[in-house]
Amino acid sequence: MKYLPLVLANLGRHKRRTVLTIVSVALALFLFASLRSVVTTLDASSRFGGADRMIVQNATGIVFPLPMSYAARLQATPGVTAVSWANWFGGRYGDGKRFFANFAVDPSSYLAMYPEFVIPEDQKQAFLRERSAALVGRRLLEVFGWRVGQDVTLQGTIFPGPWTFTIRAVYTPSNKIISDDALMFHYDYLDERLDRRMSPGWYVLRIADPALAPQVARRIDDEFRNSSSATKTGTEQAFQAGFVTMWGNVRFLMNSIGMAVVFAILLVTANAMMMSARERTSEVAVLKTIGFTDRTLFLLVMVEAGCIACAGALLGLGGAKLLYGTGDFNFVGFLPGFDVTPGTLGIGAGLALALTVASGVVPAMRAARLPVVQALRKVE
Amino acid sequence: MALVEIRDVHKSFQRDTQTVEVYVGLDVDFEDGSFTALMGPSGSGKSTLLNLIAGLDRPTSGAVRVAGAEVSALNAAQLAVWRARHIGFVFQSYNLLPVLTAYQNVELPLLLAPLSKKERRERVTVALGVVGLEDRMDHYPRQLSGGQEQRTAIARAIVADPTLILLDEPTGQLDAKSSQEVLKLLRRLNDEFRKTIIIVTHDAHAAEQAKAVLHLEKGVLVERQGTPA
Amino acid sequence: MRIPLVYNVRSVLQRPVSTAMTALGIGIVVAVFIAMLALARGFGAALVQTGSPDNVLVLRRGADAELSSGISRETARIIATSPHVALGPDGRPLASPEVFVAINIHRLGDTASMANVVARGVSEAAFTVRRNIRIAAGRRFNSGRSEIIVGQKLVGRVGHSAVGDTMRFAGRDWVVVGHFTAGGSSFESEIWGENEQFMPVFRGEVFQSVSFRLREPAAFEEAKRALEGDQRMTVDAHRETEFYASQSELLTRILEFLAFVITSIMAVGAVFGAVNTMYAAVGARTPEIAVLLTLGFKPRSVLASFLAESAVIALAGGVIGCLLALPINGIVTSTTNWNSFTEVAFAFRVTPGLLLSGLVFAVVMGVLGGFFPARRAAKLPVVQALR
Repeated sequence: MKYLPLVLANLGRHKRRTVLTIVSVALALFLFASLRSVVTTLDASSRFGGADRMIVQNATGIVFPLPMSYAARLQATPGVTAVSWANWFGGRYGDGKRFFANFAVDPSSYLAMYPEFVIPEDQKQAFLRERSAALVGRRLLEVFGWRVGQDVTLQGTIFPGPWTFTIRAVYTPSNKIISDDALMFHYDYLDERLDRRMSPGWYVLRIADPALAPQVARRIDDEFRNSSSATKTGTEQAFQAGFVTMWGNVRFLMNSIGMAVVFAILLVTANAMMMSARERTSEVAVLKTIGFTDRTLFLLVMVEAGCIACAGALLGLGGAKLLYGTGDFNFVGFLPGFDVTPGTLGIGAGLALALTVASGVVPAMRAARLPVVQALRKVE
Repeated sequence: MALVEIRDVHKSFQRDTQTVEVYVGLDVDFEDGSFTALMGPSGSGKSTLLNLIAGLDRPTSGAVRVAGAEVSALNAAQLAVWRARHIGFVFQSYNLLPVLTAYQNVELPLLLAPLSKKERRERVTVALGVVGLEDRMDHYPRQLSGGQEQRTAIARAIVADPTLILLDEPTGQLDAKSSQEVLKLLRRLNDEFRKTIIIVTHDAHAAEQAKAVLHLEKGVLVERQGTPA
Repeated sequence: MRIPLVYNVRSVLQRPVSTAMTALGIGIVVAVFIAMLALARGFGAALVQTGSPDNVLVLRRGADAELSSGISRETARIIATSPHVALGPDGRPLASPEVFVAINIHRLGDTASMANVVARGVSEAAFTVRRNIRIAAGRRFNSGRSEIIVGQKLVGRVGHSAVGDTMRFAGRDWVVVGHFTAGGSSFESEIWGENEQFMPVFRGEVFQSVSFRLREPAAFEEAKRALEGDQRMTVDAHRETEFYASQSELLTRILEFLAFVITSIMAVGAVFGAVNTMYAAVGARTPEIAVLLTLGFKPRSVLASFLAESAVIALAGGVIGCLLALPINGIVTSTTNWNSFTEVAFAFRVTPGLLLSGLVFAVVMGVLGGFFPARRAAKLPVVQALR
């Protein structure tokens, strides 16, 4: 638009102020995007779950095991096409400061249950063959500097003592949401070392028809209700969602801080706009004398505010997207697949718009309403 | 019909709690192509008359007609449009926007008209040529001398080819030499280009360059010298 | 010669809106700073208070949390008879063998939520070994009955927690006969019952831990060596306070890290706001500054004056921030302590020290923001300014 040079020139009047304000807006929107992405990432992981997979856990609590004998009965349940199981191991590597999930699984049935684990075929076979083999997520290779074929020793916490495995396979998740830093090993290895039959921590089932999940769940829970260990069965998604809720009221915390951040930045921007406006009364008078309408002057100020907000948004939102989207950030394993969603970017853009209006409207109205004659008296 | 007709204009305004009466029934004409200097002591209402003619202010009663249009009857939006087309205004100081170059400052009135960038460039170049500052078009006001600033302001005042050029104490802040430059330019605009000029001034030299002088004292026309056209 | 502060105060009042906005911006940053650290400290405090420096917590060797530990009856007996264990007034050892499990309970009002609440099986000894356990409502559970008492912080946060209600877990019904407080520690997020009642329904004939009072509080190292060296059992002995402090480490560190990162970023924005305001102030008051310099005030005084002005505006903002953050003190929230894998409810903890930090933080922001503008004012070439 032909007025653009005028707007840009005004912004360039106090370059330092303009730059500082833009950077403030950028920082605020970057922070907002980061905070909101925590919520969206948790939401995404709570929505994740194979539609045809269900989890059976002990109704008393996840920390209680289920009898091994349930496997056959579960397999026989109508609607269930496959059964696998796992047990939380809870081992630590090195100084134990970097937490990662590690558990014992029934190898062939578990891998069949989770096609999302992408493993080179030869490695997969090597893992299945060897009882002391371990399957690790690709991130663990980076974090700990492990290599395929290396022996690693974990310190058991639930099952005390040192436990040594040989890394035979590395998996890459086909979905970003799945954590890429888990370690899995043979159930038999656990049994062998402990010299007894371990009870699974939970069972994973594949069902024929996802729509029938509620019925299958009810059937299973009814069957075991009066047994030694009552069960709680649900879709994998419900199970995941439950884990996310363990965090507590994170959503509220993040949103509150996000709001505070945006409000604080609004003050900074509005203040800067007001200062610029105050210094320009004589110029506004001159422009009106030349014949610029009140409406045009209103728009000029709004566009100026808009430029600052826009530049800040590009910098802040763009920066966040670049940092989290391309990088491999997952907050020490707690937030796999951390990324800025289009929704967050949209809201961020909306905030920039709101910022424009809120910071620009008062100076713009002042400029539009400026009584020329009075202002001119100052010009003389 | 005169280009500017002031008929029975009364103007008063509030200063704090007092009402100040500037004009009580003023009648005066300015012919097309005239070059008039308005002189008088401070507070005699010279600037107010200029503001009334330019439509920046409204008379309490009476009529102000410029080129046949009753300026005093137009609303604010209409006035803005009208002003862009008909008036070129030059102040004593703070004329130019410091963030724009001389070229951009002169271009401002043209942004209000539906002209292409090329057409704007042509007119600005002509205007700056007339005032003798073509070689300075990319300079910022802070890089210009006082006289050059005012000449740029005049270029801006003529670039849209207005009906009327109004100047309020244009040489008030300038030294003798720069004042001469400005006044000579104005004289040229009137002689060569037949521009109608009304200039409010304390400067006796300006009065010399003008073709007619009006003395205002306490809102009343006291003396008239020279020929109106 | 110092420039009188009244000059700064009056000047600041000349531009009330701009000043207020700058102060408010700083205030919000301070409020977020205090709030987040109050969250972290609240969590940390709850866990630190859980331990006692003259108590020892014994777990199976290698277990990093009570949940993953297992101690047999025999081991518990051996520990209780150790000479390092203090004796109570009745001559019985002050040793408390405890069952520790995490049961799945919904948070009230959110049936989709899952919380792993601690169910602790205790004996009489627990009430003396663990100091500051008080019954706040109802009574203690009786031996041999399916009775439980609920920690004060759980009341109202999980279903059926009122005195007289019946909770159901592990395939059995349990009557809530009382509520208890524990000095604000994480025990208040737990459900307690008799360990003999809990054992059969949970993990069978094992305890998870033994806590005892040291006979000689200073003799911890000796006790530790004795117990860990005892060939009849494989255990680790921890000083209770240290153990629970380490349990809070991960989450506290995460929260503190978040607090610092977030408020740092916000602070940069607020400082920029202060910079803008102060530069504008200096710009607007250039003639006055020139006059001051002409009168004979040293440039250093001018610098100090503007710096003080900026600091005072920021301090006002800091006070606003403290006032904004104060109301959250005592608000109870809960999360899962990933170290212990169990639910902990705790209160935001705004301490005077934290408020002071907030004020100092504000002043620092003000000084940082005001520095360059103040320097500009001090370096003003007088002649230029007077024109």
